[in-house]
Amino acid sequence: MDKIRIGIPRSIHYYYYGDLWINFFKKLDCDVIVSPRTNREIMEKGIQYANDEMCLSMKNLLGHISYLQGKCDYIIIPRIDNYGVQNQTCTNFLAIYDIVNNMFSQDILSYNIDVAHHQTEEKGFLEMGRKLGFTKKEIQRAYRDAKTFVQNKKQELIRKNIEKLNSEKEKVLLIGHPYNMYDDYIGRPIISFLEKLNVEVIYSDLFYSSITGPISKQLSRELYWKFNKESIGAIPVVQNKVDGIIFLSTFPCGPDSLVNELVMRKIHLPYINLILDDIDGRAGFETRLESFVDIMQERKRKHV
Amino acid sequence: MSKKTISFPHMGNYSIPVEYLLHHIVDANILIAPKISSRTIELGTKYSPEFVCTPFKYTLGTFIEALDMKADILIQAGGGCRYGYYSELQNQILEDLGYQFTYINLISQGKTDICKIYREFKKIDSHFHIIKALYYLFVTSKMVKYMDHVDDYIRMNIGFEIKKDSFIHANQLMLEDFKKAKGFFHLRHMYLKHFRKIKKIPIEKPSNCFKIGVIGELYTLMEPFANYDLEMILAKYGIEVKRYTNAHYLLFEKKKEVKKYLKYAREYIQYRMGADAADNIGRTKYLCTHDYDGIIHIKSSFCTPEIGAMPIINKICNQYDVPVLFFSFDANTSKVGIETRLEAFYDMIEMRRKK
Repeated sequence: MDKIRIGIPRSIHYYYYGDLWINFFKKLDCDVIVSPRTNREIMEKGIQYANDEMCLSMKNLLGHISYLQGKCDYIIIPRIDNYGVQNQTCTNFLAIYDIVNNMFSQDILSYNIDVAHHQTEEKGFLEMGRKLGFTKKEIQRAYRDAKTFVQNKKQELIRKNIEKLNSEKEKVLLIGHPYNMYDDYIGRPIISFLEKLNVEVIYSDLFYSSITGPISKQLSRELYWKFNKESIGAIPVVQNKVDGIIFLSTFPCGPDSLVNELVMRKIHLPYINLILDDIDGRAGFETRLESFVDIMQERKRKHV
Repeated sequence: MSKKTISFPHMGNYSIPVEYLLHHIVDANILIAPKISSRTIELGTKYSPEFVCTPFKYTLGTFIEALDMKADILIQAGGGCRYGYYSELQNQILEDLGYQFTYINLISQGKTDICKIYREFKKIDSHFHIIKALYYLFVTSKMVKYMDHVDDYIRMNIGFEIKKDSFIHANQLMLEDFKKAKGFFHLRHMYLKHFRKIKKIPIEKPSNCFKIGVIGELYTLMEPFANYDLEMILAKYGIEVKRYTNAHYLLFEKKKEVKKYLKYAREYIQYRMGADAADNIGRTKYLCTHDYDGIIHIKSSFCTPEIGAMPIINKICNQYDVPVLFFSFDANTSKVGIETRLEAFYDMIEMRRKK
């Protein structure tokens, strides 16, 4: 029998679960196909499929799915409702499975995470494995192995990220969702430009979420989006150690539009708000970032 | 100590039951903010973040107008999507503008903390009594139910009235009387009396009139200013309008209805999609299979749940061959543009009928 081919779109969910999925399915002896890094072509495909008011990250995901269409047996798209009552996700995460299911004729492999109603990640993986015809034992072993591997890798990344705080260079905290920051079309150009300007970039998602989650209460008491909690929770942790903050969001991200506005009103560090859309205009960002770095350097010189 | 002044955002006619409730349970001045106007939306837009959904701008504008009229307590609720987070940011924005006020958020983090609300009201009025409050809460919920019931009837028939504005006039009279209700039985008596009168208003309704279902995001549906009096424009064309979303539905029926909708439209959706998106998909299927001539989907711009629902609604309408018109209202939308599009839509359904 041929191996089952699983397609993983290198977009939104990939940056939370990508490693876990790849390891899990490799352990179960499936073929894994990850879509290539985002390029202009994929983005344009996504824009074609998407509703014009959808956020850029959604368009990006749809582009990746359209790339994978026909190249694999299943495309994996989870539906994430919440990680507990006060740790919800953006409504796009709730709707994405149904949207994709209606738009594409491809078979979809999906699972539901709804911790408030006792639908945990492990249950989701079990469900998914059963659909592919594996036994409970096989699935559980593969899940556990994959999970351990991913946790170790994440800890290593977090350690490296925290180490950067001791650097002598100008340090800037980049606040945003991982699927925007690490995307080759959305966030990567900005990060590499900052590195070219000799700035140390600290990522908001690479902290222990057990710390950043609760500490975000200092900035916003009523926040109930898990991913936003974790990214703004990084501010109180590092605010004495960094020289500036960059808010990176895509147009028109629902949670970011409110949360970032609130946080900007409360912090006392230099900050810049970058909103990316599907119109190509990276030159404007470069000018803004250059002057932002100048401000940080000037401020540092005064304080020393 | 002088009396406090309470104010709250507008949504359609619902300021009447809210005023009724507050008037009976706390000893404070109740300020009805001026009706939403272009000034409100201007103020709201000026101080709002760039791409927030439009209800945020409307309510913020209303709050600023109320604070300018010396309100010192503001009440806001919360809901399933971004709406739940409105309160904290609005509070911060208004504080940054230099206003002095107390902000009461009825639903924080998706839950109603009754103890907290009780403490807040006790602070406003030391005679606040919980049993009395619960009784009037019950009366108010009934009032909302009656209002919505009458509204539904009016919506179906207002396009066919013989004497112009007779429905609106009768409805106004009823609402005026509702304000004076002494208790539940008094309220019910008045409701029955007025509803009987409204039913007697002469209409001239052809049996095969055009029927249109209006679905979409809740605030834009319920606040006539936010949807540029869409329903009135439709009434002028002599169209029977069906709308599901009203305050009674959202407060009391939504929980069990959503499950029904999910089951009903299960070939299209499997999960809830946030706010009213899943409901609207279920309704679309219902409207498509029950001989409606068209569907109008309205939302404020950047309403994320509805944006997710739109491709699916489009697909259903394509399958059943029912025309659908999407509106996305912004602070800058012009009424003329909407009228033109509606006229074209009406012409189209008329032509389809003739075929």
